[in-house]
Parts: sequence; C-alpha cells; structure tokens
Amino acid sequence: MQEYTKPLPRGEDLHAEFYQFCRNHELRFQRCSDCEAWRHMPRECCEACGSFDWSWQPSSGQGTLFSWTIIHRALHPSFADDVPYAVAIVEMQEGVRLVSGLVDVPNDSLQIGLPLQVVFEDVTSEVTLPKFRSA
Amino acid sequence: MTLRDKACIVGVGETQYTRGPGQSIMRLVLQASRNAIADAGLNTHDIDGFVIPSPFTLQEPLAANLGIENLRYSVMVNMGGASCVSALQTAAMAIASGVAETILIPFGWNGYSQVSVSRREDPASRIPLRENAMSEALRNYYAPYGCLAPMHFYAWLATRHSELYGTTSEEMGQVALACRAHAQHNPRAYMRDRPLTMNEYLASPMMASPFRRFDCCLETDGACAVVVTSAEKAQDLPHDPVYIMGVAEGHPYPADDISNRADFFRIGLHHAAPEAFGIAGVAPQDMHFAQVYDCFTYVVLLQLEALGFCAQGEVGAFVRDGRLMIDGDLPLNTHGGLLSEAHVWGLNHVVEATRQLRHEAPLQVPDCELGLVTGWGDFGDGSLAVLRR
Repeated sequence: MQEYTKPLPRGEDLHAEFYQFCRNHELRFQRCSDCEAWRHMPRECCEACGSFDWSWQPSSGQGTLFSWTIIHRALHPSFADDVPYAVAIVEMQEGVRLVSGLVDVPNDSLQIGLPLQVVFEDVTSEVTLPKFRSA
Repeated sequence: MTLRDKACIVGVGETQYTRGPGQSIMRLVLQASRNAIADAGLNTHDIDGFVIPSPFTLQEPLAANLGIENLRYSVMVNMGGASCVSALQTAAMAIASGVAETILIPFGWNGYSQVSVSRREDPASRIPLRENAMSEALRNYYAPYGCLAPMHFYAWLATRHSELYGTTSEEMGQVALACRAHAQHNPRAYMRDRPLTMNEYLASPMMASPFRRFDCCLETDGACAVVVTSAEKAQDLPHDPVYIMGVAEGHPYPADDISNRADFFRIGLHHAAPEAFGIAGVAPQDMHFAQVYDCFTYVVLLQLEALGFCAQGEVGAFVRDGRLMIDGDLPLNTHGGLLSEAHVWGLNHVVEATRQLRHEAPLQVPDCELGLVTGWGDFGDGSLAVLRR
C-alpha cells in the first residue's frame, strides 16, 4: 500500500476509544447513562445532567448534510491530488454532528439535507476513518 | 460599579507592516510599545501593568527589555484574535479596581515570515499553528479530512449562511472593496496603491468555497501597542483621551468545537455586544464607524448581524449601496483592516479607532464622536469595545 501521508487523528484519551470503534467499522457516540443525551466530541461528563456515567452506543450511521466547503487549494501536499475536495459537517439522526469526507458525492450535488450513510475507509493498517456516501 | 468611562486609551503605536525580513517578535513588540508609550507622553517606568493578548510575548522578558521594575499586574488573554479587544476589558477592570494604573497592551508576530512562509516550506508542520483550545477538535476530527485552517472551518459558516439566506459573493465583496478602498488613503497599509474592483474580486481564485483570495486577510509581520490609563490621569496627557465607554467578551458554545453548536451562527459577539452596548448606554445605530475583525469578509457580515445592525440572514441587504464606505452610514475598517492594512490580530483596529476619535486619522470620519471595535478569535470567541471622545 502506498504510504498514507495525510494527517491522522491524534487519538488521545477518549478520542482513541472513538477511533478504536471505527477500526471495527462501528460508528459509536457517547450517550449519557442517566439522561440518555447523545454527545460528540467525546466529553468526561454530561452537560445536561452532570453525570459522569456514559457508554459508547452505536449510531444508525444515517445523517444529512448540514454544511460543507469545497477546498480548491491544498494547504497540505497530501491533499493535492484530491483538489477540489469537500469537507462536510454531517448531522446524524442521533442529533450530533460529525465532520467528515464524502465518497462518490459530486461537489455540484451538495445541498443542505442531502441524505448520507456512513462508510469506513481503512486508511492505514491501524487507522480507519468514517466517511459518507449518498444514502 | 460599572466599567463605563473609567479608563482611557492614551497612547498608540505600531511598527511598519511588512512581508519579511522577519525581526524577532520581541523586537517588533518593543518598537511598537516604545512608540505607544511616547505617544502617551509617558516613559516606560510609568507602566505598572501588562495585559498581553497572545502567547507569543512573555511578561518577564518584556518587562526586562522595557526596564519596568514595578509591575503590579500582568496577565495573558488567550482567545486568538478576540484577545486584543478583550484585553481592553481586563485593563479597564484593573484600572477601575485600582490594582494597576497604566497598562500596556502589546501584540506582535511574524504572520508572514514565520507563519505563511513556513507553511509553504514545511506544510506538514503547522496544524494548528499553536496548541490551544481548537487543537483537540482540529487534530482528531477536522484535519484527517483536510480541514486544516481557519479559512476551512469558517467556510462552513459562510456556506450554510449562503444556502439558508442567499448571501452572495457580491455582498461579501462589499467588505473587501470597502477595506481596500480605505487602504488607498493609509500610508501604513500593505495594499496601498493596489485598488480593487468588484470584477477583480469576483475573478480572484476560489480558495475554499465560498472564500476567494480577496475574501481572505493579509499575512504580514509587525506589531502594535496601546497604553490605557485611568480617566483621571488621561486628562494630563498630550492627546484627547479616548474613553472605553463599554467593553465585554463572549464565547460561543461549545467554544472548542465549531461543528456541534445548537445555534450554528451564535458567536461570542452575540453575548458580548448587548453587554458592551449596555455598559455604554448606546445602540449600534449610534456608531460613527465600525472597526470589525476581518480575517474573512464573511466573518465581518456575521459580526454585523451579531452586533444588532440587522436581523440574522439580512446582512446581505444591509451592506449594499456603499453603506460600509467612508461616506456611507457605517464606515468599516477605515484603515483597511486585516484585509488591506495588515494582520496584527486586530490591535491595529484599536489603534485606528483611537486615531479616528482623536480626529487624527489618515482617512477621517468627519465629526466622529463614538465608534466600535470588535475582536474575533479561534472558533468564534468575540469581544466588543465601544469607544468615545
């Protein structure tokens, strides 16, 4: 496999746990054990009820396009071949939002509310990134 | 107890604004500081407080180089480009409480020589530039997908605003054109002698949609400094005092993840603006000018909505018909701003506002009595100062 030179998730603390589930092709978010609120980015405690009890719960993997930008100038050489590429904010059914890349979604087809479904890309032997295709 | 009119800006100074060759940040900051202290009619020993609006300058070597042995109060404000205006709040608090009397607020960096050029020579090394509150989201969730810089994550706001409200490139361009036109009159402005037309603006290359090249601020080397003292002491100093009439800071929620906000467009300034206008006892419509943090044209539009000049989504109509020009209802960035003067984290906007209110600006708003300066930082932290003669 050609060397992957794009930035990888730093993957410290709770973020390591998020990406470990991605490695297993599972998209999971934290859910408060007391008030059942979903949250992302991962946090230590619940902003709504204050509980420190939570678990990683599986997402439906379904979401809609919330916003995006199409990048025409690569600021990092590893993205030069992808230009012009979109970076999206996807609003998941669970209510949280995830920044991600799009797979086989033409740049000129992007609109708010576009239905999307998660897919998993094994970018290295150790790291998998969730991305989204049209649902 | 109110902060209103307790403290005045009495000295301003800056260095030349350049693209290289880089001097050390400390050298730039010292030049600007000495200029500001002299402008205030003071000497360095009169300074007894620092409010340092970035992590790039440390109080210890700054005090040592300036010969300040009696530093009574020193603090760093660390909210990116919102820091310089927030620093006015901290300075006013220290002065109003009596903790310190004469405060130096210095900012300098090599925004071109160390930031821009180093990115080109070693692009992998600077995501993000400094470890800060944005790092967790950027390094774990944004950068792996190629969202690497403020231009990218602010573009998410601009795209959705455009999709929902129909904000156009021409409307964003009004900000670029006003700043560039004003810069033509400013001997310090980097873009002096480079006027910009709407056709040229629209023809400039797309960087990250919807931002074109001329939607993006300059990268320059330089420093500014401001001296703030009590209203009482200000009466004895050479220049007309510029009163800090109202000032406040505000933060979006959550401040460390721009993608997960219940109200996507609610920025720090939405909290800071009513606070600062409330302390001052004036309304946005009373302003004779607006020096608005202009890292990107769209960021100015969003701040105009947050300031209360128009309802959310209606800023496109608000900025048409030359409203932001020097002879319009709300002259914007009369020095050229970050877009066309220089990028000095917005401390140059405080300097310009001071000169306007002294009636000593290169491009003077006639008879101006009061105006505003905003700060914007990181993922949308904000600050507002209302200043008056």
